[in-house]
Amino acid sequence: MKYENLPWLILFLPLLSAAVITLFTLRSKTVSSLISIGAVVAGFVLTLLFITANGFHFSGETSTNWLSIGGLQVDFGLKLDALSMMMLLVVTGVGGLIHIYSYGYMHEDESMARFFACLSLFTFSMLGIVLANNFLMMFIFWELVGVSSYLLIGFWFEKPSAGDAAKKAFITNRLGDFGFLLGILMVWGLLGSLSFSTLQSALAANPALLGASATLAGLLIFCGAMGKSAQFPLHVWLPDAMEGPTPVSALIHAATMVAAGVYMLCRSLFLFNAESLHVISYIGGFTALLAALMAVQQNDIKRIIAYSTLSQLGYMVMTVGLHGPTPAMFHLTTHAFFKALLFLAAGSVIIGMHHEQDIWQMGNLRKKMPVTFLTFTIGTLALCGVPPFSGFYSKDAILAQALAQKSYLLFGVGVFVAALTAFYTFRLFFVVFCGQEKSKAAAHAHESPLVITLPLIALAVFSFAGGFIGITNNYGSQLAHEYELLSVWQQAIEPLSNKLAMFCGLGAVVIGFLLARSLYRSAASDPLPAKLGGLATAMKNKFYFDEFYEATFIRAHDWIAAAADWIDRWILEGAIIGAIRGGTDLSGRALRLVQTGNLQTYAFLFVLGVALLLYLVLGK
Amino acid sequence: MEAINNWISCGGVEDVLFYVFAALTLLCGILVIANPFSRNPVTSAMFLVLTIISMSGLFVLLHAFFLGIVQIIVYAGAVMVLFLFVIMLLDLKEELRRKIKMFGLVAGLISVGTVASIFLKSLASVKTDAAPPALEGDTYALGKLLFTQYTLPFEIVSVLLLVAMIGVILLSKKKLE
Amino acid sequence: MHVGLQHYLAVSMILFCLGLLGVILRRNLLVMYMSLELMLNAANLALVSFSRFNNKLDGQVLVFFIITVAAAEVAVGLALIVALFRKRQSAHVEDLTSMKL
Repeated sequence: MKYENLPWLILFLPLLSAAVITLFTLRSKTVSSLISIGAVVAGFVLTLLFITANGFHFSGETSTNWLSIGGLQVDFGLKLDALSMMMLLVVTGVGGLIHIYSYGYMHEDESMARFFACLSLFTFSMLGIVLANNFLMMFIFWELVGVSSYLLIGFWFEKPSAGDAAKKAFITNRLGDFGFLLGILMVWGLLGSLSFSTLQSALAANPALLGASATLAGLLIFCGAMGKSAQFPLHVWLPDAMEGPTPVSALIHAATMVAAGVYMLCRSLFLFNAESLHVISYIGGFTALLAALMAVQQNDIKRIIAYSTLSQLGYMVMTVGLHGPTPAMFHLTTHAFFKALLFLAAGSVIIGMHHEQDIWQMGNLRKKMPVTFLTFTIGTLALCGVPPFSGFYSKDAILAQALAQKSYLLFGVGVFVAALTAFYTFRLFFVVFCGQEKSKAAAHAHESPLVITLPLIALAVFSFAGGFIGITNNYGSQLAHEYELLSVWQQAIEPLSNKLAMFCGLGAVVIGFLLARSLYRSAASDPLPAKLGGLATAMKNKFYFDEFYEATFIRAHDWIAAAADWIDRWILEGAIIGAIRGGTDLSGRALRLVQTGNLQTYAFLFVLGVALLLYLVLGK
Repeated sequence: MEAINNWISCGGVEDVLFYVFAALTLLCGILVIANPFSRNPVTSAMFLVLTIISMSGLFVLLHAFFLGIVQIIVYAGAVMVLFLFVIMLLDLKEELRRKIKMFGLVAGLISVGTVASIFLKSLASVKTDAAPPALEGDTYALGKLLFTQYTLPFEIVSVLLLVAMIGVILLSKKKLE
Repeated sequence: MHVGLQHYLAVSMILFCLGLLGVILRRNLLVMYMSLELMLNAANLALVSFSRFNNKLDGQVLVFFIITVAAAEVAVGLALIVALFRKRQSAHVEDLTSMKL
């Protein structure tokens, strides 16, 4: 392997940038943003260099011993293979574009330097997850990602809703991470190692090594993915995370961080047995369905895309559960392209609309914002899965995988969700870009500057072409058992190999599109609540998950907290600490009498002390 | 005559001299701390000078000639002059005879009693038939030791003197800033 | 009986106790200070006699250092007394009880 040390540089450049920004250049917006952009773009270029030098089909590790406590040996090492290389490209590539976009988007914000510092910290942690070669290191970066996500969601901390959303995201993630940590400890306890390659070879030699707890260990590890990738029942944080700036939503809560769960599942797929994968696939399918239904009745442009993200993540998790890491990673990659594109385009709309996010205040923006319109359209087509856009290929691969596994229920869910996706995406599309202007702001909207539209165009290119530029080849060569490389043309016609999946998928898209067109093409307000009644209200209120959690978990938590507070206040502080304090106070008052201020009394006491010492040393 | 010679040769003179100097030391010591005739600190200081001089006699008897001389020069010469100088500077009047407090008396007796009892106990364990005094207080050897084995402490002590000097200068300034 | 180590140590001990008495009983700061010097000298005497009877010069070296330190200490201590006197117009311990709580 050539340039073996290059990945270290890629990993630590963003950390360096974050450190330099926080320590030195916090006052200068431009310098800070340039440093941060430079770090991630340099990371992208170095990744490309590394890949051109080594090709894609290699597998290696570079590590140094980090901890050695008793039987625990932990390396700080980088896992270098096709999987991590592709993710590196996605994180630095999409991340780089979003960094550049942020330069335009955040230009008027006072704390832009802080923003870029957090963004760099995030990039560092995300790269750490991608490159980690053992569970402990991955967990550390996992938490770091959580912290930077917290910082960025709460970036506008003066808004109470942003602070709350940040807390919600962090705490919900912590719940999942708790399970993740337990799972890691369990794996270590059973197998005695944390390194992916050691674990993999151990389990390959003897699959029964995990024994009866294999399912439990798998599900506990999946808890981590459940929190980070916002799967049911920990999905509630992701929509609220849209309180952060739009580039953050695009980078962290659409393209990279939330995909980390899926990546982790693929990385450690060898740990999961059939039962746990079964559970995982159903949780993924259920999340996909639930989120798609919720998305239908949202009115905030960013929230619609957020629920769509949830739904697509459900797809990916479902696919991993269906023994299909290759389609899952494929969809992860294409999703990173078109979802980042959709978010950035939505951000461009929001700027054009002067920070209005309600889609019922927009309308007819296609004339005012042509570039945004065009790129958003490409993103929409890709998300819905219209050929030959990238989403079509990855979604088709997912449906084909469900069929191949003979999981017809999940296949049905997948098709239905595809229809829903087309419906709510085109609803968004028609309401925002077509029809008539629904407010004055929409009439005065304007196109965004070049620094914002350029990343849009770049992402649009990838969203279009992502399906047949060899992404599956790179994943498949590593993840699938036997895989033959496909040429570009073979990739382009690959969906035809399973016609049932393809036609079901396409039919769903057409139905969704036609429904949305008939309902929303020139609607001034949402006609759906009148037709669906209570169901629409439930969708709009996210099926009352927040209220349910509020009434049960949070209430119970409050009670426990109140009890703990009572114990702390009265028993710990009042009785125990009070007694100690009172005793100290009393003895202090008593001992104070010794201090007479008379030199000779002190001399007398001193002599007594010396006499005692002498007695102990000599006299006995 | 022969008896006298015998007496001298076996160290009888030194024994007599020891008793003389020891008595003188202790007597003057008592007069330093409690002089029934005068409460003036100057008298105390003068008796301290006498104590020190008789002590240097004891040093000579112990063949520590260099220390005997240093004792007179440094203590009787420098230190005591400093004391007298300060007494004059402060212009202390004859001290009023204050009533000795009961507490002070008891405290003094207790502390002296405990310390003395410990000393006596350890004194009793000193072997009476110890080896005859052998060491000659050779100034040359002392200097050599001081500048070879004890170089570092010696240097440190010299720094201490410097520090003390600076400290005193600072302390005796009118206003501390 | 010949004069031996015990005799010197006895003198040293009595002198030390005298100094101790002086420190605890006398209430004039200067006299207390002189009593301290007495105690130091008692220690010196013990050291020199040990040195003589144990045939080692180290005791004398120690005495040399003690004399030096005592000189430094006297200088600083007297300077302190002068400074105190300037402030309080007294060299009497019972007038100096500002350490009392």
